[in-house]
Amino acid sequence: MFNFCTDPDTLPQLQWFACYLTTGKHMGFYASFGTVLLLLAITAPTALLFGFGGASAARARLLPLRWFGKAYIALVRGVPDIAFFLFFVIALDQAFEWMRHQVKCPDWDQPVRQGNDFVVCAAAKMPLGTSPQWVHETYGFFLAVLTFAIVFGAFAANVLYGAMRAVPYAQIETAEAYGMSHRQTFWRILVPQMWVFALPGLSNLWMVLIKATPLLFLLGVEDIVYWARELGGTANPRFTDYPHGDWRMWYFLALLVFYLGFTRISELALDRIMRRLSHGQATAAGEAQRRTAGGPP
Amino acid sequence: MSCWQTVQDYALRSIGIGERLLPRDDFTLCQQFTLIGSGMIWNVYFGLLALLAGFFLATALALGKASPNRALRKPAEWFIFVFRGSPLFIQFFFAYFLFLSLKGVSSIFDPFTSAWLGALAVLFLNTAAYSGEIFFGALLSIPRGDLEAADAYGFSGWKKFRKITWPTMLRLAWPAYTNEAIFLFHATTLVYFSGFPAWRQKGDALYYASYFADKTFNPFIPYPILAMYFILVTLTIVGVFGLVNRHLNRHLPAERRMRMRVRPTLLR
Repeated sequence: MFNFCTDPDTLPQLQWFACYLTTGKHMGFYASFGTVLLLLAITAPTALLFGFGGASAARARLLPLRWFGKAYIALVRGVPDIAFFLFFVIALDQAFEWMRHQVKCPDWDQPVRQGNDFVVCAAAKMPLGTSPQWVHETYGFFLAVLTFAIVFGAFAANVLYGAMRAVPYAQIETAEAYGMSHRQTFWRILVPQMWVFALPGLSNLWMVLIKATPLLFLLGVEDIVYWARELGGTANPRFTDYPHGDWRMWYFLALLVFYLGFTRISELALDRIMRRLSHGQATAAGEAQRRTAGGPP
Repeated sequence: MSCWQTVQDYALRSIGIGERLLPRDDFTLCQQFTLIGSGMIWNVYFGLLALLAGFFLATALALGKASPNRALRKPAEWFIFVFRGSPLFIQFFFAYFLFLSLKGVSSIFDPFTSAWLGALAVLFLNTAAYSGEIFFGALLSIPRGDLEAADAYGFSGWKKFRKITWPTMLRLAWPAYTNEAIFLFHATTLVYFSGFPAWRQKGDALYYASYFADKTFNPFIPYPILAMYFILVTLTIVGVFGLVNRHLNRHLPAERRMRMRVRPTLLR
């Protein structure tokens, strides 16, 4: 990166580190922080959408749909999320390949599962064996996002379902008394009012989501954990210009600090949003704000 | 090989008793049930010990965080902040590599590089921080009248804490603490995916489940089995904590009792 980096062996400490921390591999490491942020940016709204679907399904009048919604919420509560991560990554991949297999190779007569193998025709492979590396990486990332969205969608569904039930029942009765249909009541009365009740749960969920991002590593994405292990491991002078001992501890310390900063900033931002939303609301937080502002008791 | 034979071979495989070699092909349903169940021994071990030890540190942390003394308050606040603000997965990795480097300093740290002690230590500190925050919240919401009544009756110091403050704190914190216990047991599955080596393939339930899923390319059998075991554990926790909850609330009239939520909310 810098001009003086041509011969690292002769450099003084400070310059050596300046060179070491700007190698191509380290640039990959820094870019992987972007991967984490990208994952959060895509997953958060998608999970919210899944959650909304799940919560609506759990309230549906159609019995099978209601069962589906409730099972979706309950299952993720009872089973470790990491088990879901490991499950969905393979299961989704196989589901996609199987569907493509059905469409593209209808005259294939062998079974898809042969003993311990999962065999689909070459045209149904996801992604195609001939496609370039970046397609494979993007597909892996897409699977990871979908997995995160399904798992955290269930958490969000749990929160939103509770928020929907927290909306005072009188509001819904009033809507029905005015002759609104079931659909109108849901969209015009229930949904606009539930967000205040959902916000504490959703901000908690955001924190949980941030803290779940290192699990990307388990899904085979080259994320910050992957790079920290790669770069921190003992570097042999035969293969690199920057030999060093086992520094993985320091790399993970850096990740620890990164996450601490990230959650702290989120916490401050969420507090601020909550304060703004509670302003003038007939809730305990709103009441406390009114009192400190000098309102009558 | 009959199923009973498989159970004899593999039921205690995860703690090193029985057959050394894992099955390599022709996986039967019985093998999967037995081995994943065998791995559950580790999950229960980690969860139970971390929970029991963490309970006491959590009480101390809550008292520290609520203390007017700055020298006690600041360390407790920082401890809780560090362990609650960062992912457990990263904590495991960091702790493992920390113990690896400390191994060179003193041989005391040798056992810490294996999961049974090292991961247990991390889980213990982690759950203490989360429970400490829950207890702290409960400590602040103890009704003022209860404490005033204790003063009026002449309770003070240790006796007031033991008889009034602590039981009330536990009573208020219990539903959230139940939730934390469930999360802790779920978190134990991370251990063998985060640096700590599974020595001689002696791993926890998820370790074996992913072993089967990798070998058979079929996630639809081992993971549901794992899910079933964990739902059993979750139900057991809810049951046991429900009993304790009833005990903590036994002096209250029926309508004022803290009802255990059947659907615990997300509180982490």
